[in-house]
Amino acid sequence: MNRTLYGNLIFELSKKGRKGYSLPQDYDRTHTTAELPEALRRKEAARLPECDELTVVRHYTNLSHNNFGVNDGFYPLGSCTMKYNPVINEEIAGLKAFAGLHPLQPAVTCQGALEVYYNLQESLAELAGLSEFTLNPCAGAHGELTGLMVIRAYHESRGDVRTKVLIPDSAHGTNPASAAVCGLEVVEVKSLADGTVDVEHLRQLLSEMGSEVAAMMMTNPNTLGIFEPRVLEITKMIHEAGGLMYYDGANLNALLGECRPGDMGFDVMHINLHKTFSTPHGGGGPGSGPVGVRKGLEQFLPMPRVVEAPTDSCTGESYVVDWGKSFEGKRGEELSVGNFFGNFGVMLKAYAYILSLGREHIKEVGPLATLNANYIKERLRDSYLLPIKGLCKHEVVFDGLVDKSTGVTTMDVAKRLLDYGYHAPTIYFPLLFHESLMIEPTENESKETIDAFIDVMHKIAEEAKTDPELVKTAPHNTPIGRVDDVLAAKQPVTTYWKTIAES
Amino acid sequence: MAKFEEGLRYSESHEYVRVEGEYGYIGISDYAQHALGNVVYVDMPEVDDEVTAGEEFGAVESVKAASDLISPVSGTVVEVNEALEDTPELLNEDAFANWIIKVQLSDPAELESLMDKAAYEAFCAE
Repeated sequence: MNRTLYGNLIFELSKKGRKGYSLPQDYDRTHTTAELPEALRRKEAARLPECDELTVVRHYTNLSHNNFGVNDGFYPLGSCTMKYNPVINEEIAGLKAFAGLHPLQPAVTCQGALEVYYNLQESLAELAGLSEFTLNPCAGAHGELTGLMVIRAYHESRGDVRTKVLIPDSAHGTNPASAAVCGLEVVEVKSLADGTVDVEHLRQLLSEMGSEVAAMMMTNPNTLGIFEPRVLEITKMIHEAGGLMYYDGANLNALLGECRPGDMGFDVMHINLHKTFSTPHGGGGPGSGPVGVRKGLEQFLPMPRVVEAPTDSCTGESYVVDWGKSFEGKRGEELSVGNFFGNFGVMLKAYAYILSLGREHIKEVGPLATLNANYIKERLRDSYLLPIKGLCKHEVVFDGLVDKSTGVTTMDVAKRLLDYGYHAPTIYFPLLFHESLMIEPTENESKETIDAFIDVMHKIAEEAKTDPELVKTAPHNTPIGRVDDVLAAKQPVTTYWKTIAES
Repeated sequence: MAKFEEGLRYSESHEYVRVEGEYGYIGISDYAQHALGNVVYVDMPEVDDEVTAGEEFGAVESVKAASDLISPVSGTVVEVNEALEDTPELLNEDAFANWIIKVQLSDPAELESLMDKAAYEAFCAE
């Protein structure tokens, strides 16, 4: 495609007077701007680009070629679980009967949708080993905040003032952020050299402030892809201090079908449907972050909720919407964490995924994701520094190249991968290492894909020795080369403003 | 690689304090600026703010990560290095010459619990 021509901004392609449409002259006869208050009327014409339809189509098709998604190639972005989004999910979610629903239409007219909603709540509860789920939160961090609000409400209901949240230093940044937004104070728990929680430090913190601890937030496997071997001991300690355990579902994929957060002693958790349950995310969003609770905490979940009721003999209604008319003096809308039911389209896709795999095959997700990550770990450890030996779960963290003598960094390796048609792994996270390179292959990739990626990683390690400049100045084959990320962070240009030439 | 300067006291979170009389100049070590990479923003307290040993007093943001600044000592801020507001990259150019805040020390005994050059160098090598 001619990038020079159509890769320009749509404003730069504009020619005065050019049109991509024609409407009847009297198309706006029924309404005129004269009806609007003076203050709301434009003083000058909107500065819209003027292009013919073909130019517009070529421009946007060109832009779409600059995109890189799971459908384009291997996307091993650690901590993000960029698994394939099966086509059947999209077909189901696109069915008119679902896509045309309105959140306020009477429940009797959408029993099928409510049944899916209810069944997904139940399926997630079973997979998580918890009692009940709300599907309302719209993303992972929204789920974290909702979960912490549930925890706060639980303590408040008992007249227990607890303001501190314990969070391991290896946690995702959203954990302390969510706690702060919820009005709670973050206390960091140290990690051991192997990346797992320092239980002795936790014990010390609990002896100092146990009665103030509202909860501990944990990701398991943690952000290094390591299963926390002392998780049962940790949940027991927190419970004995009167706190609750929060499970960050970001890395649930490693455990899916193999073991359950509820069985490990977690009380509240969120699940990222857009990670573990194969719905699009990143630029493809939106997300969904259902929150589950153990038995005894159900009454603190937000509204609305979909519940099963005895079938109405007249209408055939079996599922009803509970808007939470009142709870401890609060009205229904005050018990909501967003608009209506959350992102229903995402839920349809997740439910389609669960049913496609079925009870039997969903058990293979975690083990296959783990096998793929360990295969990459073992085959790359000669070229890339492996700081934590032993088995990892669904992702593996390297600390840059083994041979750093030529000054090639993790950033350079990631940029060079783009030249070979791969999305870069997560870099410089987790923060425990200086040159973190975090690879999460997911369970979907074939051995051929993974082997080809491994070969390229070895090739880049070799290039770093023989031709370091080539790697340090990468990427060379992409539409845009190495960007100045310092300037981008210091002086981001977020708007385009230029007078369009009068030609 | 990283440089270490004699005569300063260092903390485990990689801040240093240079003591001059009753004042301490607090900054981040050369090792810290190396680890952070290109610094793009420094969040600093205001003059007259109180800082407490072991507690956060600001943050440094680089292209890699945002990192809290933990004060190695307690005291009152008497000056902030305003040059860092517009040119945070000074921390990359020379972390020891470009201190972040100057504080009036309230408890000089705290300096004893910090590391000297040799101890800090060994700590970083771990």
